[in-house]
Formats: sequence, C-alpha cells, structure tokens
Amino acid sequence: MSGFGKPLKIALGLAVIAALIIVPMNFNRYGLFILSQWAVMTIAAMGLNLTLGYAGQVSLAQGAFVGIGAYAAAITTTHGWPLPAAIVVAIVLSFMVGWVLGYPALRVQHHYLAFVTLAFSTLAFLVFRNESWLTGGIYGISNIPRPHVFGLATNKPLPFYYVCLGSLAIVSLTVWWLIRSPWGRAFMALRENPLRAQSLGIDTRRYTLMAFAIGSALGGVAGALYAPLTQYIDPVPFNLSLSLDLLMMVIVGGAGFYFGPFIGAMIAVLLPEWLRFTEGYYLMLYAIAVMLLLIWSPTGILGILDRTMAARRTKAASALRAVAKSRMETVQ
Amino acid sequence: MSAVLEVTNIKKNFGGISAVDGVSFDVREGEILGLIGPNGCGKSTLFNCILGQLTPSGGEVKLDGRVVTGLRPAELNKLGVSRTFQLLQVFPKLSVRENLILAGQEHQGSMASRFVGRSDAGLTEAANQMIGFFKLDHLAAEPAGGLSYGQQKLLDAAMAFMGGPRLVLLDEPAGGVNPSMLSDLKERLVAINREKNATFVVIEHNMEFVMSLCSRVMVMAEGKVLAMGRPDEVRKNPAVIEAYLGH
Repeated sequence: MSGFGKPLKIALGLAVIAALIIVPMNFNRYGLFILSQWAVMTIAAMGLNLTLGYAGQVSLAQGAFVGIGAYAAAITTTHGWPLPAAIVVAIVLSFMVGWVLGYPALRVQHHYLAFVTLAFSTLAFLVFRNESWLTGGIYGISNIPRPHVFGLATNKPLPFYYVCLGSLAIVSLTVWWLIRSPWGRAFMALRENPLRAQSLGIDTRRYTLMAFAIGSALGGVAGALYAPLTQYIDPVPFNLSLSLDLLMMVIVGGAGFYFGPFIGAMIAVLLPEWLRFTEGYYLMLYAIAVMLLLIWSPTGILGILDRTMAARRTKAASALRAVAKSRMETVQ
Repeated sequence: MSAVLEVTNIKKNFGGISAVDGVSFDVREGEILGLIGPNGCGKSTLFNCILGQLTPSGGEVKLDGRVVTGLRPAELNKLGVSRTFQLLQVFPKLSVRENLILAGQEHQGSMASRFVGRSDAGLTEAANQMIGFFKLDHLAAEPAGGLSYGQQKLLDAAMAFMGGPRLVLLDEPAGGVNPSMLSDLKERLVAINREKNATFVVIEHNMEFVMSLCSRVMVMAEGKVLAMGRPDEVRKNPAVIEAYLGH
C-alpha cells in the first residue's frame, strides 16, 4: 500500500467508509443481513489474522470462539442484560479460554497445533449441543433481543447494520493500534524467528498466549454480534466448517496484511451471493476460484498488491544504487 | 578486574556424545575474549548453554556473581546478556530500522506501557544512531531480507547492541564477511567495547581477526578447554598447533 500517496490513501479510506454508510440505505432486508454478516465475520477474521497472520500460530478454533461469544450474548441478553455488557462477558470469556488454548502452542507448532485446536473446536461444538440446560441443545436459543443504542431501537435491519459497522470500526482501530505498537512487532518476531526473538528479550511465551487470547476475544466479539443479528442460534453454525471458513477468509485476503480479513470476508460472504445465478454450480465455481487464486498468489489477494509494490520499490532502489555507484566512481 | 561471567564445569551431552565436557572459565569486565577451536568442538553448544537456549547437563553459570543457570534466554537478555548467531538471524520482512527497534523495545518500560505507549517505544533515535554507527544509513527503510549477507551480519551485530548489553556473545561475526567490511566490523566492535565498556566473547575461525581483536583467547577441542591465554602465547602452544592451527 506504501506505493500510494498518503492523501490518496486517506481519500480512498473516507470514500469506502462513506459508501458503507450511505449505499446500504437503499438495500433490502436480505442485502442488509448479508452486509451485517460481512462486518461480523470481518471482526472474527481480524482476530484470526492476529493469531495466525501476525503471530504465526495456526488455529482451527476461531469458529468455536464465535460460538462462545454468541452463546454468552444469547444467554445474557435473553436474561435482560444489555448488549454492551454481553459483549464484555463474551470478550472476557473467550479471552480466558483463548489464553488456555495458547498453552499447547508453547509445545507444538504448525499442523500439530492445528490438530490441537481442531480438537478444541469439536469439544466446543459438543458443549453447545449437549449441555442443553445452558445452551438449549439442538433447539438453540431464540428471541434474542436487539439492543437500544442511545435510546433508538435497532430491531430493523438498517439500524442493526450500523451497530455491526460501528463495532467493526472500533475493532479495526483497536487492531490497527495493536499492530503498530511494540506488541505487533513482537508478534511478527514470534512468527518470523522465535529463537532470535527470545535472545532479544522478547518473552515468547507471554506473547504467544496473548496472541491466542486477543485473537480469540475478537472471535467472541463477532459472536456477541452474530447472536442479535440472527436473533436465533443453535450449535450448527459454530461447527468446524466456520473455523475453516474463517481460516480461508484470512488466507484468501492475505494473512498478515491488515486489510486481508476485510477482503477475505467480503469474498467468503458476498461471492456465494453473486454466484447464486449459477444455481447448483456456485460452490464448485467458488472452490475453483479459491484454488486458482492460491496457486497464483499463495499470500492471498493483498499478496499480489504487495508484490507489485515491492517490485516497484526494488526498481527505485536499484536506480538509487546505480546513482550512488556512479558517484563513487567519479570520486575515485 | 572483576569477572562478569563465571562458567564452572559446564557439561552438555547429546545422547552418548558429550559436546561440552566440563568447561570452566571466566570473562573479565571489559575484555574481549576469543573462543576458537575446530568444527564440532562444542563452541556454539557452550554458548547455547550459557545463554539458556540449551539446558546444561551439569555445571553452573554466574553473571556478576549471581547464578543464572537455567534462566530463559529472554530473562538473561533482560539482565544485559545479548548474542549474535552463527547463521543469519534477522527478521527478513521488517525493515532494518524496525529490526533494531524490535531488538531494543523489550528493554523499554513494561508490557502494558509498551501497548499504550509510542509505536517505536521511543527508540527511533537510538536505532538511527546504531544504523549510522554500522554504516547502514542508505538501507534503513529496506526490508532486512533484501540486504546482502555481509550487511545482514552487520545488522545482526547491531541488533545485539540495541538493548545496551553488558556482555555480548558473538558467534562467528566475521563468517562470510568481505575484508573491507570486516575491518569495519572490527573497528565498530572495538569502539563499542571502549565507549560502552561492553564485554565480548567472540567465536571465530578467522585467526587474524581473533588475534588482533581479543585480549585473551580460549581454545577448545573435543568439548574441553585446551588452552587459555594471550593471543601470542596461544599461537605458540604446541597442543593448539596440533589440534587446530596446523603447521
């Protein structure tokens, strides 16, 4: 992204934000639902991008944390709690569970870690399904209320879309702050070279646990918004396939790129809708498109952009080097 | 001169092989100690045992008189012990400046204050000075992975100095570095040693580099200390000539 001028970047950002606020005003109920879902899934994918993309810790359990957040919000709000309090409960709960799930990552890495988190994902699903005294079991929890924001009801799709969008804005700013802080740098160090990181005083244990806990907490936030969005939850949406979907969003968008989850979630949520006209073929087309993309660019969509920028930078740098060299020769 | 580092009877076994077999030595404050010996004699393993990357099978390491055996590398680094690696260990995707900020950031404030505080942990100025000191100015904003091997070696060394360490263990800093860059590196090391009173232990195969840089040299062979003394003494030692230097 560094190839654009700063004012251009700001203008582009403002235009996108304005479009996200204004354009949906004309959308129907279904369009608003899909767009709200995009905002919610982007939040969950940003969490996974932090754990996986920045800190390099593979997780197949992000869907389970969305589930934990969703159930926390569904149970508390149906008992009369306000949504902000429910979100806090979801954050604290998924942060703590995420922290504990981080411990295996101190011992195993890569596909071994993937299997540990996969087992956790299954475990969480079984709890959602079998502990019916708490979760309602296969019947789920219905009549999940939507909040009042500044005294305004958000029962209609448009106001609730703005709740989702506002939450996405807050999460985006928080993650942006985190990534550019020394913590973000330490997360990247964890991903690129944990051995060297240790020798520079970076407490890799604590940062690994933190990466899991914060990433999971964002999954919890997404869940706490998902519950009032659908107003009904059961265990099915939070099975392993949600974790795999979220993983795909991060990889397709570009793992370790700030805007990766936005794009990844857009593709995962919107593309199936656009491809609906192909009827029975849309899933196949979708699968083929994802495979082709990853063959072309293993680092995802933003990876393509990044490579283009890097190529341009290299050209500029070698030009500079040539100038420096000719100057040195002149001096000699 | 007091000892910064005291190593007593350190042992490390891998299966049936004793890679380090009862090594004892001390490093005096402000000195540059060379560590030489044939490949596989246990030099790097000794470093890893001292630095907590490996748990020694036996023996004790003291830093400023305090037992630090078994501390984790990050904890030792906080106590002022830093290192470079034999093989390149920079963060390729971060820029040169970011690598240096990363190398110093954990020495600034607490974990919480680093979250709410400045993005550069207040280290941009210090990083720029280090960049200037190691003559990497024109590369400051480049990703470290794009630097040449020798430049990455310089960056690796510069990173080891960012936290303001008292003791630095350098593992083959001259390996693969061309002669003019090597004399640069030596000059930098001597300057840091004098100005900051930092103590060094240097593993190196380049004898000219070791002999001109170090005040004392320790020779290892087959996991044991073969000789210890001033460079000219060591060079004449028949056992050292036999095991390492050759005739």
